[in-house]
Amino acid sequence: MQKWQDERAWFLVIPVVLLVAFNALIPLMTVVNYSVQDIFDPTHRMFVGTEWFREMLLNTRLQNALVRQFVFSAMVLLIELPLGVAIALTMPRRSGWGLSAVLVIVALPLLIPWNVIGTIWVIFLRPDVGLLGHFIDHTLGIHFDYPTLPMQAWISVMMMEVWHWTPLVVLLAYAGLRSIPDAYYQAASIDAASRWAVFWYIQLPKMRGVLTIAVLLRFMDSFLIYTEPFVLTGGGPGDTTTFLSIYLVKLAVGEFDVGKAAAFSIIYFLIVLLFSYVFYQVLLRAQRGVVVR
Amino acid sequence: MALIVFENIAHSYLRSPERMEDYALRPMNLTWRHGGAYALLGPSGSGKTTLLNIISGLLRPTAGRVLFDGRDVTDASTVQRNIAQVFQFPVIYDTMTVFDNLAFPLRNRGVAAAEVRSRVVEVAEMLELTKNLQRRASGLAADEKQKVSLGRGLVRSDVSAILFDEPLTVVDPNLKWRLRRKLKEIHKRYSVTLIYVTHDQAEALTFADRVVVMHEGSVLQQGSPQELFERPTDRFVGYFIGSPGMNFLPCRLSGDGAEVAGQFVPLAAALRTKAPQATGLEIGIRPEAIGLSGSGSGLAVEIGDVEHLGTRKIATCRLGVHEIKVVVPPEQPIASERGVLNFNPAMTRLYADGRLVG
Amino acid sequence: MNKPIRGPLNRLFAKRAAAQLHASLKASGSTNNRLRFVWLLIYLLVLLLPIYWMFNMSLRDNNDIMSRMAFFPDNPVIHNYVEILTDPAWYWGYINSFAYVSINTVICLVVALPAAYAFSRYRFLGDKHLFFWLLTNRMAPAAVFLLPVFQLYSALGLIDTYIAVALAHTLFNVPLAVWILEGFMSAVPKEIDETAFIDGYSLPRFFVAVFIPLIRAGVGVTAFFCFMFSWVELLFARTLTVTAAKPIAVVMTRTVSASGLDWGLLAAAGMLTIVPGALVIYFVRNYIAKGFALGRV
Repeated sequence: MQKWQDERAWFLVIPVVLLVAFNALIPLMTVVNYSVQDIFDPTHRMFVGTEWFREMLLNTRLQNALVRQFVFSAMVLLIELPLGVAIALTMPRRSGWGLSAVLVIVALPLLIPWNVIGTIWVIFLRPDVGLLGHFIDHTLGIHFDYPTLPMQAWISVMMMEVWHWTPLVVLLAYAGLRSIPDAYYQAASIDAASRWAVFWYIQLPKMRGVLTIAVLLRFMDSFLIYTEPFVLTGGGPGDTTTFLSIYLVKLAVGEFDVGKAAAFSIIYFLIVLLFSYVFYQVLLRAQRGVVVR
Repeated sequence: MALIVFENIAHSYLRSPERMEDYALRPMNLTWRHGGAYALLGPSGSGKTTLLNIISGLLRPTAGRVLFDGRDVTDASTVQRNIAQVFQFPVIYDTMTVFDNLAFPLRNRGVAAAEVRSRVVEVAEMLELTKNLQRRASGLAADEKQKVSLGRGLVRSDVSAILFDEPLTVVDPNLKWRLRRKLKEIHKRYSVTLIYVTHDQAEALTFADRVVVMHEGSVLQQGSPQELFERPTDRFVGYFIGSPGMNFLPCRLSGDGAEVAGQFVPLAAALRTKAPQATGLEIGIRPEAIGLSGSGSGLAVEIGDVEHLGTRKIATCRLGVHEIKVVVPPEQPIASERGVLNFNPAMTRLYADGRLVG
Repeated sequence: MNKPIRGPLNRLFAKRAAAQLHASLKASGSTNNRLRFVWLLIYLLVLLLPIYWMFNMSLRDNNDIMSRMAFFPDNPVIHNYVEILTDPAWYWGYINSFAYVSINTVICLVVALPAAYAFSRYRFLGDKHLFFWLLTNRMAPAAVFLLPVFQLYSALGLIDTYIAVALAHTLFNVPLAVWILEGFMSAVPKEIDETAFIDGYSLPRFFVAVFIPLIRAGVGVTAFFCFMFSWVELLFARTLTVTAAKPIAVVMTRTVSASGLDWGLLAAAGMLTIVPGALVIYFVRNYIAKGFALGRV
């Protein structure tokens, strides 16, 4: 639609700007401030310029955490996207009590506080009292001890993450599927198209818009993840499941190295900004495509 | 190539229909001759799309049977009936090229690559899509996309009928005529049954050999465009067809003709004798069949608005409380506010309770 | 493309037509449908299993839990729930959480509605950059802002208040709200605004009386997401509270006694946190289906 050109629209936007600036800009300025100082205590500070940045960029623990983070986010996308789409394809295509019931159950994991998610899985995976843990340890005979075995810790975290967030992809993909007009399925039936052809040539292309949003949201959110893995493994064993946010909080709050943590924060934030910008451009183009449909 | 027959077809969307109003399609028997070009014409909600979907197999009728060449296909799917359908908006496979779009129905049926190629090239040429064959289908304009949709129906040599559900809806008004002309060419070249649903009478009358006029779930009249124009059997058909529609004037039989608002209109003797009642009658006369003159014998009327439409003028005249529209040749001057109308007796129809007499 | 459907009966027919079409499409390939149903059922079971397990724990005494594995609790007890619902240390956690989440949702809606309207209807200097900046806050790592936000709110004396957490959560909720609402608003043609203004409506009156009812589904979806993201968040909620506004999440993480973790109690507490969420989804379930299809998420 053709929008009206009017600078007075700023008045409508000011409350939002003030609110977000208050929560974002002021703390950010503080972070920038700290990142260039060495702070022994509130009264003893020293300007150190870019020393923290250099140190953090060379810090192997940070680099490892970054690599771990990318691997994690990549795995999240590779598993959750196809799985989410597959589940969306099985959901009822018509509105009714069946669909409502399915939607409620599917959306349930998304509304559980993140620490409770961690808690649920801690309980679920314990070899002594947890259903899955007991099953793996006693029935399958595999020695299950994820707090000390890195591979098992990763698998546990992945299971929890997939269980938690695939519903979001499912809901998005389902919305995309529902918006496809019946005529396409009718035409495909007239053309004697196979189920696979219907999926590949009609459903998947028409879901492009929502899937792009899903990729964005899941990548970004998985990149910032903190609570659930922290509750489940605490970042361990050792550093094996210490993702970026966990490492940052350990540094800032645990080791109380404010200057270093601040520099790390800036680097972290810049990486996120870069990805945000790229994804935003992709999203704009995808939405324009959807609208033009 | 199929003779399609509707045997006592009726359809209701309600689970247990009781009255006639519950039916979207009232019980009907219809025959669609092989190779005919049919238009289903009617206002929205008249049941046209319902009827179309019963032919194609996308809808199973509540009652009755559908026969293709004598075979009962009521339970058969669209694929099994070899129907092709073009929808209101272009339905194409975005990710494929135009060539692949056209080849798709053939490849799915296991047709050999060489034959696929020849059929696609032939149809593309017929539809003037040849230069776009290697382009991605999503990049085309709406009318080109509709041609691709149409093409997918034409590539199949075994198609029994092609159904169109208001296919020109999204096409640019300036380009509609191109597609309509294409459809006529196709009809001439391939002798496949074409059934075209529309609410636009101009489209219907130019496209079809036979027009089926529908209203509130019933077929009111079936016939050639000329028949529908000259002898509408129902008041609604007379009103719906023609622009402007037929004039209807309540009248009473009187002497050699009829009396309308106190004035005399001559009627053919045959009509007078066939009239089932002396009152409750209406005269139906097309605006094109009335002559308007400044003076002389005939119906004395007051002339109201005159619309100038380039190739003709439409004068709205008043006879007492009745309004009569008259089509006047553009060069004829209309000077005063009073005039005299003469009805062409051969084109003057009589209607009793909305149904044509004689 | 849309034929004007006249008359209520015709509208009914059109809806029924769609349903019938669906049914006929489904009929062809019922084994396929049954297979789909099976996979869906398996997925739903996988989703419910961990939750069920926690439910199982919540109905058992801690000693019973530690001593053996049981798929169904033999003697279900409710004392875990009773303890939580009667111990102020516990139930205040829930009240606190609910309080700041509600305040946050209200604040988000109130500020986001006019802003979304501006983005939807107007072009102004810096509008695209502003929109992008807002979105970046949605993707801001909470860990980055943790300490400075704490210091900021501390300096303002807002630590341990509902308003603190409610405000802090607006960092990521307001951009999301603006984004979702703008999507829904853009689906409403500007002509409606123009007509209202010509009819003499002032902007506020038009907004409240005409516009908001038109985007009801969008407001519902937005409220749902604001509620959801605020309810589930831990970092800010933990950092900005001490005792008075302590959310249930924090109460749970501090449930370790001298005798170790009381699994039954913990499980009961967890189950109770799911209840508000489940209720919310249940009430907005129709909006979710409709809203997802209409607007962008």
